Amino acid sequence: MNMMSEAAVEKALDKKMNDMSYKMIGNDVSVYYGEKRALFDVNLNVRENTVTALIGPSGCGKSTFLRTLNRMNDTIEGCRVTGKITLDNDDIYDKEIDVVELRARVGMVFQKPNPFPKSIYENIAYGPRIHGLAKNKADMDQIVEASLQRAGLWTEVKDRLHEGGTGLSGGQQQRLCIARAVAVSPEVILMDEPCSALDPIATAKVEELIHELRANYTIVIVTHSMQQAARVSQRTAMFHLGQLVEENDTDKMFTNPDDQRTQDYIMGRFG
Amino acid sequence: MSTPLILLVLAIIAIVCYVAGTRRALAIAGGVSSNLHSRQGYYGSFVAICAAVPAVIVLAIWLIASPFYINSTVTSGFPDEVKAQTEAQQGLSFGMVSGLARGMDVLTLEEIDKVGANPVELRSLLGTKGVALAGDPEPWMVASAGDLNAMQKISNRIMTVIVLIIALAGAGLSYVRIAPRFRARNRVEKVILSALILASSIAIVTTIGIVMSMLTEAGHFFGRISPWEFFFGTVWDPRFAAAGATASEGQFGLIPLLAGTLYIGFVAMLVAVPVGLFSAIYMSEYASPKVRAVAKPLLEVLAGIPTIVYGFFALTSVGPFLRDISAQLSGLTTGEYVNFIQAQSVLTAGFVMGIMLIPYVSSLSDDIITAVPRALRDGSLGLGATKSETIKKVVMPAALPGVVGALLMTASRAIGETMIVVLAAGVAARMQLNPFEPMTTVTVKIVSQLTGDLEFTSPQTLVAFALGITLFAITLCLNIYALFIVRKYREQYE
Repeated sequence: MNMMSEAAVEKALDKKMNDMSYKMIGNDVSVYYGEKRALFDVNLNVRENTVTALIGPSGCGKSTFLRTLNRMNDTIEGCRVTGKITLDNDDIYDKEIDVVELRARVGMVFQKPNPFPKSIYENIAYGPRIHGLAKNKADMDQIVEASLQRAGLWTEVKDRLHEGGTGLSGGQQQRLCIARAVAVSPEVILMDEPCSALDPIATAKVEELIHELRANYTIVIVTHSMQQAARVSQRTAMFHLGQLVEENDTDKMFTNPDDQRTQDYIMGRFG
Repeated sequence: MSTPLILLVLAIIAIVCYVAGTRRALAIAGGVSSNLHSRQGYYGSFVAICAAVPAVIVLAIWLIASPFYINSTVTSGFPDEVKAQTEAQQGLSFGMVSGLARGMDVLTLEEIDKVGANPVELRSLLGTKGVALAGDPEPWMVASAGDLNAMQKISNRIMTVIVLIIALAGAGLSYVRIAPRFRARNRVEKVILSALILASSIAIVTTIGIVMSMLTEAGHFFGRISPWEFFFGTVWDPRFAAAGATASEGQFGLIPLLAGTLYIGFVAMLVAVPVGLFSAIYMSEYASPKVRAVAKPLLEVLAGIPTIVYGFFALTSVGPFLRDISAQLSGLTTGEYVNFIQAQSVLTAGFVMGIMLIPYVSSLSDDIITAVPRALRDGSLGLGATKSETIKKVVMPAALPGVVGALLMTASRAIGETMIVVLAAGVAARMQLNPFEPMTTVTVKIVSQLTGDLEFTSPQTLVAFALGITLFAITLCLNIYALFIVRKYREQYE
């Protein structure tokens, strides 16, 4: 890897992506909140080692779709999902699938930074501990350090690992949450508007981080900033009124979209 | 005029003022109420307040102050030999005089003339009219009573006149001030604000008053019994003091009572904390909204049951049940049917008190657990934690300070609880560790020392105040500490 230039890495990843190796496949996914239908037969595939951005106006169902990917909708009262979603060809809504196992493979970062009211170390160690990923203290130290390194937070917090995670700044908290998600070695990371509560500088750091994480993880990100989608993603999916309008390469999406509604949304005519 | 009559007149004046003020405001504005600074009703209220409030205040001050003045004047008119007596004796004489004065109001003039010379007959005559006197009145008392009546009459007349003048003056002055730009609303609202402040300060002042009165009486007690003996004494044996007998002081050791209080409270918390916490966790984390909507109010009904009812329950059901079951148990194991659990015992009282405390623990903890942000739960679930892992490792640690605060508040209730222990714990002030034997608490002893025919100035009675102030101090400290913890915890999530 070290021998290759950054551009070469990028190219290799793009090639892998274009090999059409789908990490997750959504087939006719519909979601109901009680009587209300929030998603209408969405067919959307997530490619491996790719950042897929979900965009669309408020209430279009992009967050709802994201949450179906690791069954976080299960925690919402009266929510029902139909259709089929697979992760590496396993149906994640199958009765045999353990939702806890699924969420260990498909991690999630939320809109508002939500570190636990514990120390920075304990925040990271939480996931590995419940999944039994570390055999001993040294192992755990190693996981904590590696995760913080990955999230680009290590140098900032290495001297205060045992201070409270809630004492960090908003941007640091969000990167802590990403490190926490990375610590359980997921295959897919879902991000629900991860930068909406952050200032521009913190946002830039998190975006850079997302870009780097692509090498090891498959990332799905919901964002309401079109610039952000353009900056961080390779594939973009546009939702409107609970329907998938268009899914395409990000470059094409922002220059020459197939659908008029995408064009209008990107030009700021609605949304 | 009598005071209620004056108040009635003031009320009528206020109503008239309100109507007149409202009309005048509208008239000045030329019938268009939008020309006025405030809505017209405020002008009426302003006039009514100006008329009634100062008058009522003067009335109240007069009613409180004038008896002091009149009494001291009458007392200073007592014969010299009476003045030479002790204060208590003078008080008794004054009681006779005021009783006579009240009685003479009931009599007709002729009757007074007839008995004026013979005070002894006066007593029986007043008796037939329904006014009882403590002893035979002396001639000087009749004279003093006449003075008293005369002064009261004069005072009443002056008061009536002054109050009515103030009311009318207030009404007139404020009536003239009504003008379109006059800010009546601001003034009325200021008066309402001060009324609200007054209402809330009454609670605080009352608390201070209660503490002061307890402190004074406790001070009297500590004048007789040394604080050292009270706070560190290990024997509670107050004895019965016969009136006048100073020899039998008894022993007033707080320790056995405190030990019983804490022991029973501990047993109660042992029952209430696990059950209450588990039910709170179920209610907040697992129960579906439907179950919660039914179960939570039902649980809180438990909190509304008067504690005396729990006392019955302990006395008639739990106590005998424990006693019988212990007899059966010992019969099974040793062949001898001995009830090693007494019907009144630490266990009975603690168990029933624990049941009483369950809704407090569960309701307070439920609120605190529910207040833990959903984002924390999502964060944990999103990492692949199970629900129980999330509750154990994220939700409960986050809620812990608040839960501890709730438990401390519950503990202070357990310590102050009275009726259950009166009925179920027994009255023997003993220091021992067997939960099957009766023990007694501070509250039980307060009840038993204050009910009965004891002289009020004896240490046997006064000790109740010392006990009360001790209990108050303990629960106050617990509550303050609990509030402190809860507040500290709240800061984290706002």
